[in-house]
Amino acid sequence: MKTKEFLQMQGISKSYDGTHALRSVDFSSDRGEVHAVVGENGAGKSTLVKILTGALRADAGRILLDGIPRDISSPLIGQRLGIRMVPQHVSLVPHLTVTENVLLCDLPTCRLKGWINWPEAHRRAEAIFEEIGFRGIKVRKTVSLLSASQQQIVGIAKAAAVRPEILIMDEPSAVLSQEELKHLFALIRRLKEDSVSILYISHRLDEVFEIADRVTVLKDGQVAGTASPRDIDKGTLIKMMVGRTLEEIFPHRPVRPGAELLKLNGLSLRGVFENVSFSIARGEIVGLYGLIGSGRTEVARSVFGALQPTSGELRLGGQTVRFGSPHDALQAGIAMLTEDRSRDGLVLFLSIRDNMSLANFKLMTRWGLIKRGRQNSLVRAKVAELNVRPPVIARPVQTLSGGNQQKVVLAKWLLARARVLILDEPTRGVDVATKQEIYSIIKGLALDGMGILLISSELPEILGMSDRALVMREGRLAGEFSREEATEQSLLACAAGVIENA
Amino acid sequence: MSTEIASKEKGGRAFASSLREKWFPGGTAGRRHLDYVFIGAFVVAIAIGTLATEVFFTEANMKNISRQIVSNGLISLGMLMVILTGGIDLSVGSIVALGGVISAGMSDKVGIVPAILIALAAGALVGIVNGFFVARFKLQPFIVTLATMGIVRGFVFVYTETPLVSQHPGFRVLGSSSLGPLPSTMIIMLVCFILVWIFLNRTPAGRATVAIGGNKEAVWLAGVNVERTILLAYVLSGVFSALAGTILVSRLGIAQPSLGIAYELDAIAACVIGGAILGGGGGGAIGTFFGVLILGMINNLLNLHGIQSYYQEIIKGAVIIFAVLARRRGTIR
Repeated sequence: MKTKEFLQMQGISKSYDGTHALRSVDFSSDRGEVHAVVGENGAGKSTLVKILTGALRADAGRILLDGIPRDISSPLIGQRLGIRMVPQHVSLVPHLTVTENVLLCDLPTCRLKGWINWPEAHRRAEAIFEEIGFRGIKVRKTVSLLSASQQQIVGIAKAAAVRPEILIMDEPSAVLSQEELKHLFALIRRLKEDSVSILYISHRLDEVFEIADRVTVLKDGQVAGTASPRDIDKGTLIKMMVGRTLEEIFPHRPVRPGAELLKLNGLSLRGVFENVSFSIARGEIVGLYGLIGSGRTEVARSVFGALQPTSGELRLGGQTVRFGSPHDALQAGIAMLTEDRSRDGLVLFLSIRDNMSLANFKLMTRWGLIKRGRQNSLVRAKVAELNVRPPVIARPVQTLSGGNQQKVVLAKWLLARARVLILDEPTRGVDVATKQEIYSIIKGLALDGMGILLISSELPEILGMSDRALVMREGRLAGEFSREEATEQSLLACAAGVIENA
Repeated sequence: MSTEIASKEKGGRAFASSLREKWFPGGTAGRRHLDYVFIGAFVVAIAIGTLATEVFFTEANMKNISRQIVSNGLISLGMLMVILTGGIDLSVGSIVALGGVISAGMSDKVGIVPAILIALAAGALVGIVNGFFVARFKLQPFIVTLATMGIVRGFVFVYTETPLVSQHPGFRVLGSSSLGPLPSTMIIMLVCFILVWIFLNRTPAGRATVAIGGNKEAVWLAGVNVERTILLAYVLSGVFSALAGTILVSRLGIAQPSLGIAYELDAIAACVIGGAILGGGGGGAIGTFFGVLILGMINNLLNLHGIQSYYQEIIKGAVIIFAVLARRRGTIR
């Protein structure tokens, strides 16, 4: 390791309740370098960067900036040293405007002290977005009215606006569209030229290969290796992360779809999506791909009764159905795993048992009382089947890792024994090993005759899993591809509006 | 990985948390061990009570305490369920008065039991109104129940401007009778606590009540009828408050239309001391029971020492702050 590097973290260790999150990790990064940090969930990526920002304190080790040891004991000290982070879930003040969020501590005042000079403030905020290359954001708008991706951009702007020395991005692309991602990469390249040191945490290896100068793999709290993306390929990287190759991730499955199960006939929700028609057969996995904002989640929520379509028809097993609420849909045998588990999938402070039971009380109730024995055995069986760690059913789900939380959500819907299962981003923010487990569960369900609608913004997932792939664009179904026709290029082109295949 | 929780842990507490993990496998985030802290605080309060005055541990005084805590106990139970759903019920004090004047005013005309049932129905009706506006129209519980607090109080004064005294011979039986060593009202309260505990821990609707305060959207998407569950919490709050009112007037022998003013504050305090989190996400029947007991004993001790009620308010306020402060680490942001 060169000693002249700008950031050096040496021998960093951290443990929680006796388990090691980081074990003697050495990490360094130079000015003008993009250093990607990859690894499974729970590998210690977040812990490492939180120690750097001052949000967490290491048990051992030291941090040097420009060769000077620094004691970063709080986020404030980290910020003073020029360390900024764009967290995975950006924390903005939702009811304030974009301008206020970006300039929060630094609103310009008029000559009369204490009065905010609003025109000047908005101009400054606009200038910041102009400079970082995201022009579409209306700075006068209230943040809560923005889409998830726009909020992410505001978060990036907020961090980049202060000209940090070190900028940490934790999964910045999770909610960004391809177009926005391009802008983000352009911004990162510009920041590089300004000799900002960038730490880029991502699950998406394609991005790592595109943008990173160096990549460090963390596994079980230790550095599994550091390399230049030029010297290694994706397969090697995945192997470093999990000890498995890409081919092993998507298990092969014989396809033999049965009778038609669910049919959407010209379903529309005014202003959101229109005239969406497709069907799902027994034992079939239908992939639904589209950029953020294309309306795919809304279509799924309409099928599940969480949104009320304004026109069109829904048929389940040949019968026309109409669901006034998710309760109705569940009764009819449709289950839906929602996109954002902490927002609408889990009750975080409640136990694994409660969360898994929530949709399934009718399986474990007699005379209005929950039968504890039955409940425990149902929940324990799913915990064992899905390999939830730790297998303690009284444990609050907020103490589980992201991958295990996702398994709990999945288990809730598996217990419901639905005929149709809608999965909206079932592997978001989940490590590769857990992804593989989830994929084989999904395939198993299809083999048992369940009809599955798989919504994803990860192309490999759609391609690896689906028997048929649908593409949505701007609220319309833009294309349908058989397994043979579907390729990364064809789906992307269709989603972006380059070709039409309807 | 428990990064969020653990971020609050400092190095020296690692040992304590590993012990906690061993004893309470619910996880370090479990609120349970903190509730034991409160049982501990309760024991300390008893110890102080016995040391400070000999009268405290006499049978008469024990009966006295148990009578006094019944009304707050019942109101707190209702309040607990509303708080668990993420709401608050400010109208409980007015419902106490409503229940009280109805049961006192009607007992001469229709008899004791029908009068009490009408009083409870009136409480349920206010609960339906509260719950309907909160659940269906998604109005803020604070505002809705602030409004009904005034409306119900107004109705109580419309019903009677002067204190009502029932001439019915059985009127005072409820508040003054005993079953063995325990006042019968205490038994009613204990039964209610047990029923609520069973409801919250062992019924689907009860688990949903607890879950709604944590993540309403997730519960709705799990196919639970969220509106009905919230409505039920407010209805139960109304019924328990009306019951508290009938018991109170039976004990006092007179139904003041001004009865129950500011009772919502003691109920909220008892819930919070017992581990409830305003906005949802924590609390239970056992904790609330101890919250009620602690508050009742503080009042009693101060009374025995002849300390003015103004000082009682000061001390109660300090206890609430202390209770919340002591729990702060156990809650997760």
